[in-house]
Amino acid sequence: MAEPVTTGAEAAHGGGAFPPFQSETFASQLFWLAVTFALLYWFLAKVALPRIGGIIALRHDKIQGDLREAIAAKKEAEAAGLAYEAALSDAKSRSQAIAAETHQRLKAETDAKRRELDAALAEKLAAAEKVISETKSAALTHVEGIATDTADAILQRVLGNKPPQEQVSAAVKTALKG
Amino acid sequence: MASPTEQFQIKPLSGPLFHVSESPIHFTNSAAFMVAAVGIVMVFLLLTSSQRSMVPGRLQSLGEMLYEFVANTVRQSAGKDGMVFLPFVFSLFSFILMANVLGLLPYAFTVTSQIVVTGALSLLVIGVVIVYGFAKHGVGFLKLFVPSGVPGWLLPLLVAVEVVSFLSRPISLAVRLFANMLAGHIALKIFAGFVTILLAQGFLAILSPLPLIFTVALTALEVLVAVLQAYVFAVLTSIYLHDALHPGH
Repeated sequence: MAEPVTTGAEAAHGGGAFPPFQSETFASQLFWLAVTFALLYWFLAKVALPRIGGIIALRHDKIQGDLREAIAAKKEAEAAGLAYEAALSDAKSRSQAIAAETHQRLKAETDAKRRELDAALAEKLAAAEKVISETKSAALTHVEGIATDTADAILQRVLGNKPPQEQVSAAVKTALKG
Repeated sequence: MASPTEQFQIKPLSGPLFHVSESPIHFTNSAAFMVAAVGIVMVFLLLTSSQRSMVPGRLQSLGEMLYEFVANTVRQSAGKDGMVFLPFVFSLFSFILMANVLGLLPYAFTVTSQIVVTGALSLLVIGVVIVYGFAKHGVGFLKLFVPSGVPGWLLPLLVAVEVVSFLSRPISLAVRLFANMLAGHIALKIFAGFVTILLAQGFLAILSPLPLIFTVALTALEVLVAVLQAYVFAVLTSIYLHDALHPGH
């Protein structure tokens, strides 16, 4: 083992004594630096960096692809939501129309029935009124007869004889009219 | 107590393997830590990328975080077309980071505390910038030194300034990393040395916890510096590569 120029602290200021400035060691250092650095560069350029860079790029692509897919799925979901809303509002308006129509129809039917009933009732009422008025006029003619009979009877009791029929009924008529 | 600079001593672990223009090549402690740093980075990245699952586990997340971190640094500083340099910047970052952090272990050797290593790495960066710049833009790369929208009489001065600033880049890049590692380790060594010195001074030994506490705090700081300097080197490399890609300001 060849020892290079060994130095002590007292030789630090001597020519080439400071270890980093000992030129006889330069060749060895440069040689091994070249060998190791070249090996490292080759390894990084050909093996390690393509591998690591590849997986990072692959992941990046995968994430981008997944994101695109997710955006597409979201758009699809939004479109489906819109279609659902449209279908819902359509169904709503249709059901409203059906309800209104049914309401209209039922109302018309009810109205017709009511009118029929009204007419029948009015007819019955008119008939009843007619009966009442007939009964009333009949009753009124009877009142004259009764009044004449009563006046006749009263006069017979008071006067003691039968008064002339015509005069009594004329007097009753005027009294009833007055 | 050993000299604070002894930790930077290159020690051959083998005899001369062969000679390159009269200089013997040894397998040294420095080489061992370079191999260890590269080996750890390689094993770590192999483990973290072996699963390749769509939903990453803990280890895979760690590897991917490191990848994203360096990739973002390159993307922000060098631009999108700078991503061709990702393996280069990743190599620099992981090598320097691992060398710095391994150097913090007790008895370990810090590869990046050697000016020849940091200098070689920074010259490599500037070399890549110059070669790529000329290869891509031809003479147009020289537009890097000609700021646009400057009055003609000021141009020679500004070109000179730009050239000097360009030439000082490799120096500052190399010296920044080298000096940070060197100074941090020397400071650690000196404060740790105070503990043993004080312990040998009789009643003054009661003061020895003070430098110990300081050493612990300094170690935490050095961890920060180790990571930060690797990041700074990677960011500056990315910025210089941006110049090679887009020489016009």
